[in-house]
Amino acid sequence: MLAFVLRRLASAVPTLFIVVTISFFLMRFAPGGPFNLERPLPPATMENLMRAYQLDQPLWRQYLTYMGNAVTGDFGPSYIYKDNSVAELIGKGLPYSVELGFYALLLALVGGVIVGTIAALRQNSALDFAVMSVATIGVTVPNFVVGPVLTLIFAIMLAWLPAGGWGDGSLRFLILPMIALALPQLAVFARLTRGSMIEALRTDHIRTARAYGLPAKSVVVVHAMRGAMLPIVSYLAPCAAALLTGSAVVETIFTIPGVGRYFVLGAINRDYTLVMGTVVLIAIFVIVFNLLVDILYGLLDPRVRHD
Amino acid sequence: MTDAVVSPVPESEVKGRSLFQLAVMRFRRNRPAMAGSVMLVLIACFSFFGPFFISHSYDQVFSSYVTIPPSLEPRPGEDTLEEAMKGVAARARVELQSFSVEGETFTAVVTAENPIDPRTTRYFDRANEFDKTEVLSTEDEGRKLTLSGVVDREYFLFGTDTNGRDLMARVMLGGQISIAVGLLASLVSLGIGVVYGAISGYMGGRVDNVMMRFVEILYSLPFVFLVVVLVVFFGRSFVLIFIVIGAVEWLDMARIVRGQTLSLKRREFIGAAEALGLTDWQIIRRHVIPNTIGPVVIFVTVIVPKVILLESFLSFLGLGVQAPLTSWGSLIAEGANNIQSAPWLLVFPAIFFVVTLFSLNFVGDGLRDAFDPKDR
Amino acid sequence: MAETQKTMEPILAVRDLKVSFTTPDGDVDAVKGISLDVRPGETLAVVGESGSGKSQTMMGIMGLLAANGRVSGSAKYRGQEMVGLPPKALNEIRGAKITMIFQEPMTSLDPLYPVGKQIAEVIVHHRGGTRKEARPRVLELLKLVGIPEPERRIDSYPHEMSGGQRQRVMIAMALANEPDILIADEPTTALDVTIQAQILKLLRDLQKRFDMAIVLITHDLGIVRHFAERVVVMRRGEIVEQGGTAGIFENPQADYTRMLIEAEPHGRKAAPPDDAPIILEGRNVVVDYKIDGGFLKQRASTFRAVDNVSISLREGQTIGVVGESGSGKSTLGRALLRLIASKGAYRFGRTDISGLDRTGMRPLRRSMQLVFQDPYGSLSPRQTVGEIITEGLYVHEPQLSRADRDKRAIAALKEVGLDPAARNRYPHEFSGGQRQRIAIARAMILKPQAVILDEPTSALDRSVQGQVIELLRDLQSRYGLSYVFISHDLSVVRAMSDYVVVMKDGKIVEEGPTDAIFSAPREDYTKTLIGAAYNIGP
Repeated sequence: MLAFVLRRLASAVPTLFIVVTISFFLMRFAPGGPFNLERPLPPATMENLMRAYQLDQPLWRQYLTYMGNAVTGDFGPSYIYKDNSVAELIGKGLPYSVELGFYALLLALVGGVIVGTIAALRQNSALDFAVMSVATIGVTVPNFVVGPVLTLIFAIMLAWLPAGGWGDGSLRFLILPMIALALPQLAVFARLTRGSMIEALRTDHIRTARAYGLPAKSVVVVHAMRGAMLPIVSYLAPCAAALLTGSAVVETIFTIPGVGRYFVLGAINRDYTLVMGTVVLIAIFVIVFNLLVDILYGLLDPRVRHD
Repeated sequence: MTDAVVSPVPESEVKGRSLFQLAVMRFRRNRPAMAGSVMLVLIACFSFFGPFFISHSYDQVFSSYVTIPPSLEPRPGEDTLEEAMKGVAARARVELQSFSVEGETFTAVVTAENPIDPRTTRYFDRANEFDKTEVLSTEDEGRKLTLSGVVDREYFLFGTDTNGRDLMARVMLGGQISIAVGLLASLVSLGIGVVYGAISGYMGGRVDNVMMRFVEILYSLPFVFLVVVLVVFFGRSFVLIFIVIGAVEWLDMARIVRGQTLSLKRREFIGAAEALGLTDWQIIRRHVIPNTIGPVVIFVTVIVPKVILLESFLSFLGLGVQAPLTSWGSLIAEGANNIQSAPWLLVFPAIFFVVTLFSLNFVGDGLRDAFDPKDR
Repeated sequence: MAETQKTMEPILAVRDLKVSFTTPDGDVDAVKGISLDVRPGETLAVVGESGSGKSQTMMGIMGLLAANGRVSGSAKYRGQEMVGLPPKALNEIRGAKITMIFQEPMTSLDPLYPVGKQIAEVIVHHRGGTRKEARPRVLELLKLVGIPEPERRIDSYPHEMSGGQRQRVMIAMALANEPDILIADEPTTALDVTIQAQILKLLRDLQKRFDMAIVLITHDLGIVRHFAERVVVMRRGEIVEQGGTAGIFENPQADYTRMLIEAEPHGRKAAPPDDAPIILEGRNVVVDYKIDGGFLKQRASTFRAVDNVSISLREGQTIGVVGESGSGKSTLGRALLRLIASKGAYRFGRTDISGLDRTGMRPLRRSMQLVFQDPYGSLSPRQTVGEIITEGLYVHEPQLSRADRDKRAIAALKEVGLDPAARNRYPHEFSGGQRQRIAIARAMILKPQAVILDEPTSALDRSVQGQVIELLRDLQSRYGLSYVFISHDLSVVRAMSDYVVVMKDGKIVEEGPTDAIFSAPREDYTKTLIGAAYNIGP
């Protein structure tokens, strides 16, 4: 098992390297730079800035410097948030994003699996149709629609919950962004669960379990559910990585100080180091969660057990 | 031989029904999918033919009607006309003595201390409410004019936006752009994906390995990052936006086509074609392509809503098409910003957007069920 | 023994049982009101071809129909009505009093749990206690069904076992609560012949020991004759005939039964003259497959599917290639046609084809054809039958006009006994036997000299099998064709071929004229194969 984990981590290094390299050069080949503001800076100031941030050096040297520093955990200074290093910015924002993302993930997973299972067990009933229609809305409605609509209803019209901000971090502030973040994923989990549950309930070994008089509960929970979980577990990795690294949209709508915004802000403003920092962050999350999911997969399914 | 007993050809009709025809039949029986198709046609008609039936264009600014809520009543209303006229009079530096409206025409008597230039009527025509103002009579050596003209009544069924543009016209335009981007970007991704996937799958071996490795690397790049960088890189024109989205979305298509091609290669009828001596190209043309079309078509219905979503996401972030052009995503973003003061700005585009995606989803599900090999 | 039992009360009495399915195209009646009795301790065979409703009858009684299925009528187990019984009450009977084993040992067990746990679950559920307490009983059962090293195997997962072992585990599970009735639904169909024989013997031994009734659902009359005391013959949801096994086989009353019995392949083929020229030959054929080591492990290993095999086919000859799954017989067939990469020296007629690539082989393809096992997979679903069978002409006689091709298609369809109107239809509108005829027509339209038949009858019902064999023999005598007939079914091979090659693990174990091989096999493996096939066969 340990060998498997180490091997996987080792194989992640080249992937990470390629991702960082491609991102670095893509970013640099885009026209414009971090200091090309609407009102052009005086050439002297510009030159000073470029020198201060070593942007005047040849690209390959910048790349080597960046890579060298990145290995030691130094992702450079942010060009836009001038007083902060990228590591500081991410360090500050990440806890907010992770906390919110974690609750959203929990809500999406638990809610989605329950809803999907109910729909599968009552396949083609009115309940199934109703539940899955709602789930379809969940999949199709993006969170930049859900967010404002939730705000409109619960914060403005009913005035039950705050419209945004982190406040003291209590649940009241988290509920709306959490729902906006979780809803599309919940719907995906529900659809996945329903599909794989229906498939699982049709398998031969479920027929065997029924033929041997095992009660419906044990057939569903013990035999069908575990098999049906496999595709859900596969989806867990990209979903968790996306939720925990913050969503630009939800954080913007609900003014949450997470890391999700940095990504888009950085890209638009050519804040090279900030974008690179978030790219690395996301890539690491993706790699780690893929690994965790593979381990979980092995625990669930003896056919792919890793030794 | 004893065949006659057991293997008569199924009687009924002579012309057989192809799998495609059967799928169409199954699709027709699927009510949600058919309802979705009808909805889509209606929305497309609304977006593309609607502009011919309304008098406002999407970039026409009604400075008198900024951010007015939707209403079935025409603007201006009877009660606000006099207010509006007073405003106009003030701007023309004349005093309104009397004002009356009869049907579509109005009569106003204005006075001033100095003779009034008849060209003052411009001021009246300039207001959105009034039109074709002319001088009926001049009294008091030009110090008192009786004006008459047409009350210009405008309908804003969806209300107007913060710039005083008709939201209905904007929703129609947004629909045109969102739908066009959705279709065109899907075609781009279809083109790249099918060619890439088919080559990778059919060549197999090392070529396949390298090509798929490349796709994997692209997958692990944060996807939003790619789009944002490409949009920033190529600029924000309409054409480039769908090309960029298509260029990012082809990965799934390539995988699906490759998988299809690989599994087709293992099918016995391909083996039979080889045994008959068909060339590679003949096999691809006669057997591989016809058999991949089904899954590809289904996948397109999955990709179209994804692309529309992505485009609106970009617009939401401010990276979409440039004003005065708009898309549903940009409209929704605008609405979200004005949610407290003008909720209709969010509600109307959101309804069209959601209904479209919802319908596309049902159509996609319907197609999948109709072509589902398990049903055969 | 049989005499006393016949007078006893039936343990399961089925009366006017109906099963129907709701489909988008209307209701389908799978079982149309059948009545039968199962008596204590007997073996009742329910025989029928696919679509006869034999399985659905039992599924209906056991409450295992698919969601769109309905059952009506009556099925009384020891006087208790089972049809319409609520699941809770039904679960008292299922798995305890009546148990089942299924055709697919590969998928009938839950892949995610060790087999011991699955058997224990059934015991615990019906008898109470804990899983730990049930463990000795599970061990005993595994020993009983002949699983080697039960102490170790009890914690194995299904995927770690062979098909035969899994079926033994299923039997252990079926016996766990000492049932009165064991329903065996095609228990050996998916297994190799040698394993088949072992499983049937095991079932027979256990039946005596536990004194239970067995309801054997099968399409295989060979098994029925040697295994069952009474037979119920079903066709299209109705019982055609029932009675004692000996009576039915000696004196079948219904035409359908008679046809089924006669459909057992018979007849022999005479060998061609010794001086008949060799039409197709492969010397020292070797085929290696690369096995990918997975994504991370780049160590690819090779698997030798065919190991130094030589075979020469004479004009008018049929060589039967026999072997169990994985013996390399299909691979050999493809290598002979130069369809896969292989080593060795190959000859077609007088032409040396060893060094030819695909382009070089192309002109020869019309003379050497291939017919596949699966009549569902070998026809492109998007072409009409006409397009399918004229595909070869399109390559080899491109000068033909559309009308000419159509004429040839009509002739070819007539030749294989199909209505020429079939050419405008699509394959999915035809039954398995009809599709195999279409596949044969596709091969024959080119007037080939040598045809490789890869299990052409294995996916077909017995009665249809017989007709396809007739057709193949008829075409052979008419056109002087040479066949390589690949099959695991010894009775078909015996009827078709004049020379037999027995393969195992990629090598030829034994070869010789058919009669010699069948009457006096030299090698142990051949003896086992024949023994397995004919102890239970005719």
